[in-house]
Amino acid sequence: MLATDTIGIGFGGVTALSQVSFKVDPGEIFAIIGPNGAGKTTLFNVVSGLYTPREGRVSLGGEDVTGMAPHLLARRGLSRTFQNLQIFFRMSAAENVMVGRHLHERRNIAAHLFTLPSVLRQNAFTRAKAEDLLAFVGLTGIADRAAGALPYGALRRLEIARALATEPKVLLLDEPAAGCNPVETAEIDEVIQKIAASGVAVVLVEHDMKLVMKISHRIHVLDQGRTIAEGTAAEVRANERVIAAYLGKHGRAESEHAPD
Amino acid sequence: MRRLLHSPYAVVVLLALIVALLPLVLPSTFYMRMAALVFIFALAVVGLNLLMGFAGQVSLGHAGFFGIGAYAVAVGPAHLGIPSWAALVLGAAAAGLMAFIVGRPILRLRGHYLAVATLGLGLLIALVFTNEAAWTGGPDGMPVPRLVVFGFRVFGPRMWYWIAGITLVIGTWICVNLIASPTGRALRAIHDSETASRVLGVDVARYKLTAFVISAIYAAIAGAYLALFDGLVTPITAGFLRSIEFVTMAVLGGLGSIFGGIVGAALLVLLPQVLTVFHDYEHIVLGAVMILIMIFLPTGIVPALAARFGRR
Repeated sequence: MLATDTIGIGFGGVTALSQVSFKVDPGEIFAIIGPNGAGKTTLFNVVSGLYTPREGRVSLGGEDVTGMAPHLLARRGLSRTFQNLQIFFRMSAAENVMVGRHLHERRNIAAHLFTLPSVLRQNAFTRAKAEDLLAFVGLTGIADRAAGALPYGALRRLEIARALATEPKVLLLDEPAAGCNPVETAEIDEVIQKIAASGVAVVLVEHDMKLVMKISHRIHVLDQGRTIAEGTAAEVRANERVIAAYLGKHGRAESEHAPD
Repeated sequence: MRRLLHSPYAVVVLLALIVALLPLVLPSTFYMRMAALVFIFALAVVGLNLLMGFAGQVSLGHAGFFGIGAYAVAVGPAHLGIPSWAALVLGAAAAGLMAFIVGRPILRLRGHYLAVATLGLGLLIALVFTNEAAWTGGPDGMPVPRLVVFGFRVFGPRMWYWIAGITLVIGTWICVNLIASPTGRALRAIHDSETASRVLGVDVARYKLTAFVISAIYAAIAGAYLALFDGLVTPITAGFLRSIEFVTMAVLGGLGSIFGGIVGAALLVLLPQVLTVFHDYEHIVLGAVMILIMIFLPTGIVPALAARFGRR
């Protein structure tokens, strides 16, 4: 579904990513892990069209989409969330998700200017969809609250609901559990599994090793912009280079607590 | 009733009531004239608010579009033999086209850079009006013939009160419609996070341009009304200070609040009249009032008061 081929990018002489290749299939949960500064978010920014890679190719559903603008990638079924939240703070929770329905709405400006009945019907439909998605990620009863007034854990899930509203084929989740308590993390874990079960290819960047080891089908490990390993949770956990670069003794102990 | 109060259309109903009932309490045509001026400026500010308050893009050049509308109803009938109403429509279309062409490159800029680029655009348009004396009368300006609709001559504060008032109600209604539509959601989303908007499929450049064009058309119609009402147009109509005045009205009243824009326009049109009692100190008092509003009501008059009272 989503593939990168020898991606490379640098910023002012510093190489951020080099020779990174991976492939994700529909319904798969694919995690990208690595120490801080390994290039995980940069890789997401390349894949989602925010950065243009210096070398290499990104393909989506077989089509070469390297350097394509984000809004065009969205049309082709790619959506994402952000590590540093990008919430529409002045809008309500429901409206945030409704923006995610943008591509599925009729965008006839003349109809919008005069609020034709079709616009009202469509608004009601979009709103109902948004409420369904909020319920899907475990946010009920907050639809009309200002997004800026919601707690951090709720905002993480709001971003997931908003990304899902685009009906993506590929979903990139950048640290979906960061700053969440264990209960919220467990809920997010369940939501991610449900999304993948519906056939969406989920690419995950996450530091919570318990979560990663538990739900990922495959794990791709980056260090200093380069791939150092890729495989199942068990394979990655046993990989000496991964232990040296990232997991360490503590991380290994923690990840072994995760049920397979 | 409660539902109506919380509906986005409450502002349209409120405004329609004000326009309909105000003449009952206004004692003379002087007050009708002031009210008509408020409505005309408010129309431009409602449009500008769409760009600044909702889409979050600054413009320091909207007097340029205001001027295009104003000069259209002057130059059209005088030099091209076009009736005033047709010149008004053409002026609005020309301003929209201008915004469309210029907006594409300059809306890529952000924040201060966009402010300076729009400032340049406004200055450039004003410069053309000043220098093309053969067409525009130069710095002295030119007279504007009265508006004639179906052989009916429109003149005087009373008639302009109704025309400007009704146009403002319609303009507000259209603005509310737009904000509650997918286009409006896209614009508000761009204001909060362009990155997230793009990732969700919003064509950010296109929507910024849409807001820019619509706000330019609002400004041009307001400019045409002012010129027709005054019977005269000068380059000051399109000048830099006018642009600043629009922005000030929008900010004082409250960015992102439609009614706020109207209140801001009313304040800046009426306050100088009220402050004439201070004679020489008029401008000092006006400046002080503006500073005090921004200190004590930093989000603008209407949003700050609405937050303090009413909505808990």
